[in-house]
Amino acid sequence: MKNELSLNRYLNLINKLKYYMIIIILIGIIVVILGNMDFAFLNKYYKYFIYGTINTIFLALFAVLFGVLLGIIISLMKLSSNKVMEIIGSAYIEFIRGTPILVQLYIVYYGLPKLGIQFPDIKLPLIGMIPGDFIAGILTLSINSAAYVSEIIRAGIQAVDKGQMEAARSLGLKHSTAMINIIFPQALKNILPALGNEFIVVIKESSIVSIIGIQELMYKADTVRGNTFQPFEPLIVAAIIYFILTFTLSKALGIAERRLKLSD
Amino acid sequence: MINIIDLHKNFGKHEVLKGINTEITKGEVFVIIGPSGSGKSTLLRCLNLIEQPTKGDILFENKSIVNGKTDINLIRQKMGMVFQQFNLFPHMTVIDNITFAPKKLLKMSKDDSNKIALKLLKRIGLESKADSYPASLSGGQKQRVAIARSLAMSPKVLLFDEPTSALDPEMVGEVLYVMKELANEGMTMVVVTHEIGFAKEVGDRVIFMDDGKIIETGTPEILFNYPNHPRTKEFLSKVL
Ligand SMILES: Nc1ncnc2c1ncn2[C@@H]1O[C@H](COP(=O)(O)OP(=O)(O)O)[C@@H](O)[C@H]1O
Ligand SMILES: [Mg+2]
Repeated sequence: MKNELSLNRYLNLINKLKYYMIIIILIGIIVVILGNMDFAFLNKYYKYFIYGTINTIFLALFAVLFGVLLGIIISLMKLSSNKVMEIIGSAYIEFIRGTPILVQLYIVYYGLPKLGIQFPDIKLPLIGMIPGDFIAGILTLSINSAAYVSEIIRAGIQAVDKGQMEAARSLGLKHSTAMINIIFPQALKNILPALGNEFIVVIKESSIVSIIGIQELMYKADTVRGNTFQPFEPLIVAAIIYFILTFTLSKALGIAERRLKLSD
Repeated sequence: MINIIDLHKNFGKHEVLKGINTEITKGEVFVIIGPSGSGKSTLLRCLNLIEQPTKGDILFENKSIVNGKTDINLIRQKMGMVFQQFNLFPHMTVIDNITFAPKKLLKMSKDDSNKIALKLLKRIGLESKADSYPASLSGGQKQRVAIARSLAMSPKVLLFDEPTSALDPEMVGEVLYVMKELANEGMTMVVVTHEIGFAKEVGDRVIFMDDGKIIETGTPEILFNYPNHPRTKEFLSKVL
């Protein structure tokens, strides 16, 4: 009996770690197959990767933050009974989802300055100097993410049972009161997990801003490739770091989601 | 108290209410019966404008509520509604479900609204559940809380849409009991129900609806015992 228990616990642990293990084994296979890979450059360049990773996280955090704020506005527009608002909201979502993020990045980075909108360097307390390029990158990622976030919010709100709004209104509550106090708290349970996924997506998509010279993880990996004349290994390192970020986040989300469900 | 005048309701091309004329007087228990799809819920939902009528008028205390000049939120405060699916707010405790609207709309203090809520809970026999969440209640308990939630606004009329249809049979009695008490206290009630026993016992007037029209109106004794219209007879032969 006792043995069985500890065996169970052991199997459980294996179960939990199996994805990590599979990935590590896969990577191991790649390393073995390619045999002569050399990661000695890390001794000299590991700081590049740390710096790049911090910037990637920073980018993604701000992009999601502003993406959510903008996404809330867009989703409210789309759910609005005002036809003009609804059309603007829908058009925004369709346009952003229907064009490549690279095009959006170029429009923001090259196009907006042509229209007289510059991206100044900003000095923030605690964080320090944020270069103008960085602002353009965050802006693009936010604009892009907002379209997806607004759809997440809209879907989350619409998934709340119709009877909830009816019950609230039948008591005499205003539409806005019902929305804020009755519908939105319930929608949050649908929205939060999906927002976590969006965070993961943004971490990956943020690699695109390396093109305009923002020194995030991908940019740094490229730099190391150039400096070491090793075209392959730095990419493997970057891939592993991206993977650790997204995979850890997705596991954490899974746990948070289960907690949320339990509290029902 | 409520006058319904030539009320029509369309969903797209589908005409669901085809000219309803009737009135509900103060203190009466007004029962609506009829086959599924005949428009009972739609009629009830038009009364507090959860559905917007296509044509016709509804007077509440002699004032039209359809013309857009009256503040429908104020009217709804005086017209409670109880749903088949309870529609309690799952993210609030029982007592918060009951006190939310009075606090928001009547600007009642937390203490005052809690007092009222506890009194109502005592009345429906659920004081012990004040701090529970709806998910932990049985269907019958949920529906009793839903009734208490409506009552907390001190409405002048209560609308019930098949309040016992979603309940396990053994829980129907407890909900009907609360409704009977309300009726005995003189509450004006409009009740869509298939509970013929309830209608007979506490109903003052019954209407039989079919295909968006009122087919027959009468006191429970007359309508259930001596139905006039063949469709009423057919329907009653199925449910009695
Ligand atoms: N929101 C709606 N949109 C379209 N059709 C509806 C809607 N609500 C009800 N109906 C239709 O109206 C008819 C009457 O429905 P209802 O009033 O719910 O009947 P009852 O309550 O008597 O069963 C049905 O045919 C139903 O399908
Ligand atoms: Mg119905």
